[in-house]
Amino acid sequence: MSATEHQATIAADGSFTAPFELAYPYDRTIGPVLSRFFRGLAERRIEGTIGSDGKVYVPPAEFDPVTGSACTEWVSVADEGVVKTWTWHGHSGWALVLLDGADIPMLHRLLAHSSDELSTGMRVVAQWADDPTASINAIDGFVAAP
Amino acid sequence: MRDVAIVATSQARNTTDSTLTTPELLMPVLADLFASLESLGVSRSDIDFWCHGSCDYLTGQPFSFVSAVDVIGAWPPISESHVEADGAFALYEAWVKIQTGEADTAVVFSNGKSSSGPVDRIMALQHDPYVEASLWPTMTATAALSARACLDRGVITEQQMADVAVRSRADAIANPNALVRGIHTVDEFLAEPLVHAPLREHDIAPIADGANALVLAAGDVARAWSPRPAWISGIDHRIDTQRLGARDLSVASSATIAAQKAGVDQGHIDAAELHAPFTHNELILRRALGLDDNVAINPSGGALCANPQMAAGLARVIEIANRVTSGSIDRGVAHATSGPCLQQNLVAVIENR
Repeated sequence: MSATEHQATIAADGSFTAPFELAYPYDRTIGPVLSRFFRGLAERRIEGTIGSDGKVYVPPAEFDPVTGSACTEWVSVADEGVVKTWTWHGHSGWALVLLDGADIPMLHRLLAHSSDELSTGMRVVAQWADDPTASINAIDGFVAAP
Repeated sequence: MRDVAIVATSQARNTTDSTLTTPELLMPVLADLFASLESLGVSRSDIDFWCHGSCDYLTGQPFSFVSAVDVIGAWPPISESHVEADGAFALYEAWVKIQTGEADTAVVFSNGKSSSGPVDRIMALQHDPYVEASLWPTMTATAALSARACLDRGVITEQQMADVAVRSRADAIANPNALVRGIHTVDEFLAEPLVHAPLREHDIAPIADGANALVLAAGDVARAWSPRPAWISGIDHRIDTQRLGARDLSVASSATIAAQKAGVDQGHIDAAELHAPFTHNELILRRALGLDDNVAINPSGGALCANPQMAAGLARVIEIANRVTSGSIDRGVAHATSGPCLQQNLVAVIENR
């Protein structure tokens, strides 16, 4: 949390307000589907699962969002794709990126110098972290494809 | 089904940066609520069930909602519950409780102390924890993704979005609870810079600290406690998948189902209060609920002019109930949302009989 953005203040009624960092630093077990997905990301591989209607979910769906049935079939997809929608604020962006081989776009950061470089439908490629961990942050974000 | 009505309401004045605790926010609201029933001899002991909506993440205080029990008083023992959600969803729980016959009366109350922390970032925690929340997408960023999806598909325009802000802020002039109000023009708004492209400042509701409460009563009790009860003729809530990419962000499919189940199309609608903290939300919801141009939308100025997290949805219910009770409308729709990009939607039809 960015409690450090706040400064201690004393209000007109004399009440004192000060920053307070609260965190929940627990270990969690994430189950077989997300475990496989995140282990893949640590090796710079992106995999998804196939829903009951044949659609490829990336990140993988554990259960089909419509039918609720377990998704057990896996498929590898590219680390590049198309921006379906995007936003830009200050110096950072967000996008839903449809990776080549996937049917469901994924949420991630959009990395650029300014919004002038961005448009719906543009091709982007994953910028992998220097030392990818088994998490969604193994990818720093997506940049314009060369 | 048992007939259930809203028979009393109260709202705190929204603020942007209060130093009030949860109980301090709620105490004047509940005092005011019961003051309105005092002449009928109604007191706390006449309430069968209490249901509270709030969110500990906003306060940054685990189990902060327990302190709210101090406000309503837990001795002699009471029957109470809490939802980690907007008060509109607490209203639904209380309505169900009355339907079961376990209660004839209920107080529903909610509060949001949004100014305690970086609320736009805190609301990232409503996403899937591993593949979405770990990226910390802000509430405004995901709303902007939805707005662009609508614009790209040509279902809305930036002019229509600005129109919503112009109308809302003009209507808010008459609402003492609004935080932004005034006479503006579409041209003036569209000349402003994009702050969360494609959103401009006028597209985004100011975050507020706020609290509100209402009294529900069944059948004859409602008729005894109010000269003109605001009857809930239908209420329903539905949810879309939590996976943002798996949804069409230019529609609110769960809102459409909720509206059908609540019976929105079963009669003329005079006014609708839609929980739309972003201008494009209102445009999506009008279509989703099938509201035509004859329906007065957000006559209070809506959540766009004051958005107390966890209380803004119940505020929509109160705004419609007050208009039914005052006689200014006969049949209205109240809507509340939860989750990113209108993921979960509650619709209530409220009417005079």
